[in-house]
Amino acid sequence: MTTTTTQAVAVETSGEGLPPKNRRNLGQNLLRYRWLFFLMLPGIAYFLIFRFWPMYGAQIAFRNYVPFLGIEGSEWVGWDHFADFFSNPDFPRLLGNTLIIAGLTLFIAFPVTIVMALLLNELRLNILKRTVQTLVYIPHFLSWTVVVSLTGLLFAVGNGPLWTLVNDLFGTSTNFLADPAWFRPLILLQEIWKNTGWGTIIFLAALAGVDQEQYEAAIIDGAGRWQRVRFITIPSIMSTIIVLLILQTGQILNTGFEQIYLMSNALNRSVADVFDTYVYFTGIQQGAYSYSTAVGLAKAIVGLILIFGTNWLAKRFNQAGIF
Amino acid sequence: MATTIGPNRVKYRFNTPAGKVFDVVNVVLLVGVGALAILPFLYVFAGSLATEYEITTRPFFIWPTEITTASYESILSSSVFVRAFITTVVVTLVGTFVQLALTALMAYPLAKVDLPGRRTIMTLVVFTMVFSAGMIPTFLIVKNLGLLDSYWALILPMAINPFSLIIIKNFFQELPKELEESARIDGANELRILANVVMPLSKPVLATFALFYAVGIWNDYMSPLLYLNDQNKWTLQMILRQVTASASLSPDDLNTEVPPPAQGIKFAVVMVATIPVLLAYPFLQKHFAKGMLIGSVKG
Repeated sequence: MTTTTTQAVAVETSGEGLPPKNRRNLGQNLLRYRWLFFLMLPGIAYFLIFRFWPMYGAQIAFRNYVPFLGIEGSEWVGWDHFADFFSNPDFPRLLGNTLIIAGLTLFIAFPVTIVMALLLNELRLNILKRTVQTLVYIPHFLSWTVVVSLTGLLFAVGNGPLWTLVNDLFGTSTNFLADPAWFRPLILLQEIWKNTGWGTIIFLAALAGVDQEQYEAAIIDGAGRWQRVRFITIPSIMSTIIVLLILQTGQILNTGFEQIYLMSNALNRSVADVFDTYVYFTGIQQGAYSYSTAVGLAKAIVGLILIFGTNWLAKRFNQAGIF
Repeated sequence: MATTIGPNRVKYRFNTPAGKVFDVVNVVLLVGVGALAILPFLYVFAGSLATEYEITTRPFFIWPTEITTASYESILSSSVFVRAFITTVVVTLVGTFVQLALTALMAYPLAKVDLPGRRTIMTLVVFTMVFSAGMIPTFLIVKNLGLLDSYWALILPMAINPFSLIIIKNFFQELPKELEESARIDGANELRILANVVMPLSKPVLATFALFYAVGIWNDYMSPLLYLNDQNKWTLQMILRQVTASASLSPDDLNTEVPPPAQGIKFAVVMVATIPVLLAYPFLQKHFAKGMLIGSVKG
C-alpha cells in the first residue's frame, strides 16, 4: 500500500524526468496535488476566516477599537485595557469564581467519572452494563438550556419535586435557584449529571485495553478484587488519566459559558460571574469591544500556559504528555 | 458499543465473600445512577401530559393520573413556537450537511501522508484547539461579514470541529489503500475516489459525526444569543429559555407584560426541545463509542 504509492510516484517522476519527490517545487506540487488542494479549499477558507482572522482581530485588545475607524485605524493604547482589568475590583471576584467552579469540576467531577468507569468495569452482567451505559450517556446530548430548565422545574419553589423533598427532610424553605450559597453545588450537580456518564467512555476503552493475563496471574497469586484494581487497573489507565487531566487543566478558565450564563440571575451574581460571562456582558451587551477582548485574550493565554505547564510537569514525572 | 470493544474475559473463579458483597452493592449503586440519569426526564415527560392541577398538587410522579395533551396543543397553536421549531429543523439539516461536507472534504486530502504541507496544516488545526481569539473578535468577524441576524451565523463559525476533523482524517487514513489504488488505475480522479470509494466505506463514522453536528446545532444557545437580535428569528432553545425563565425569580428576567405561562407549557416545551435529540440517540449510540475511539486510540 504505502510501498505501492511510493513506487508509483517513483515511476512517474523518473518517467517525466522530474527531480526526486522531496525536491519538487511548489508549482509542481500544486499541479500534481491540485485535486486534493481543491477539495481542501473550503476547509482552509473556514480556518482562515473563522479561526485565524479573529486572532488577527484580537489586536483590538491593544487599541481603542472604534467600529467606524476599523481595526487598523483605531488608536494604539498598549497594555491599558489589561491594566484596567487587573486593577478592576471585579477581577479578584471573577478569578475566584472561575477558579472555584473549575476546581469543583477538576477535583470532584473528574474523579467521579473515573470511579464510575471503574465501577462500570466491575459489572459482570453485560446486559446490565450496557443498559446502565445507555442511560448515563443520554444527559450529555441534552442542551444546557434543557438541563437548566429541568433544574428550574425540579427546584421550583412550592411544587418542584426536589424542592419539596429537601425542604421536607430538613424543615427549611430554601429557594435554591436564588440563593447564592446553592449556586456552586447546583452547577456541580448539573455538570456531573450531564457529563459524567459520557466521560466514562474514554476510560472504559482504556480499561478494555488492559492486558487480561495480568488479572489471571494476580488471581493465581491470591490478589483480591481491591488489590487487582489498585495494582493493575489504576496503573494501567494512569496515562489516560494524565492526558485527560492535562486537557482539562488547559480548559480550566473556560467554565462553560452557556451553563453559567443560563444559571445566573440578579440574585446570585456575586458567585456566578466568571470570565466568560463577564466578556459577554462587557463586550456584547455594553459594547466595550477592546476591553472585553483584552479580558478574553488574557484568559486564553493563561489557559495556553496552563496546558503547556501541566504537560511539562507530566513529562517531568515520567508520564506521557500530549505534546 | 464500548462494551463490545473488550468483553471482560477474566473468570472470577476466586471471588471472596467481600467481593460478592461488593458486586451486590455495585449493581444496586449503578442501577440507581442509571435511574437518576433519566428520572428528571421522565418527570418532565409525565408533567407535559398532566393537568395543571396535578402538576401543582403532586410533588413527583412519572405517571399522570389523567393524561391530557392540552399543553402540547397550546404550544402548537402558538405561531412563534411553530416558526421557531420549523426554523430550527431547517437550520439543523442545512448546517449538518454543510459542516459534514466541509469536514470530510478537508479530512480526505489530509489523510494522504504524502501531501505536501500536510504537517503544517495539521499543526495549525491543532493550534486552534488550544488557542482561540475568543468571543469578541469572532463576533466582530461575523458582524463584519454581515451575518448578524442571518442563520448562516449559526452554521459557518462552527463549520469544522477540529476534533471531528482529526478523527475522520485518522479513519480515512486507516482505510485499505489498495481500493483507492485500483480505482485510480481504473481512471478515477480524487473526487470520484472520495465519492465512490471512501465515503461509502466511511458511512458509520460520517453518520456518527453528522449526528454530533446535528445535536450541536440543535442544542446551540450561545450562537443565537450572540448573533440573532431579531426575536422573530429565534431558535427553539432561545424560545425554551424565554418560556422557562419567564417565571424565574430574578427581577431582570421577569417580563412583566406577559403573564408567566402555565407549568405544563414549560414541561411540554422542554420535551419538544429534546425529543428530536432523543430520537437520534439510538442511531448515535450505535456508533459513537467506536467512532470516538477510532481517532483517539491510534492518536
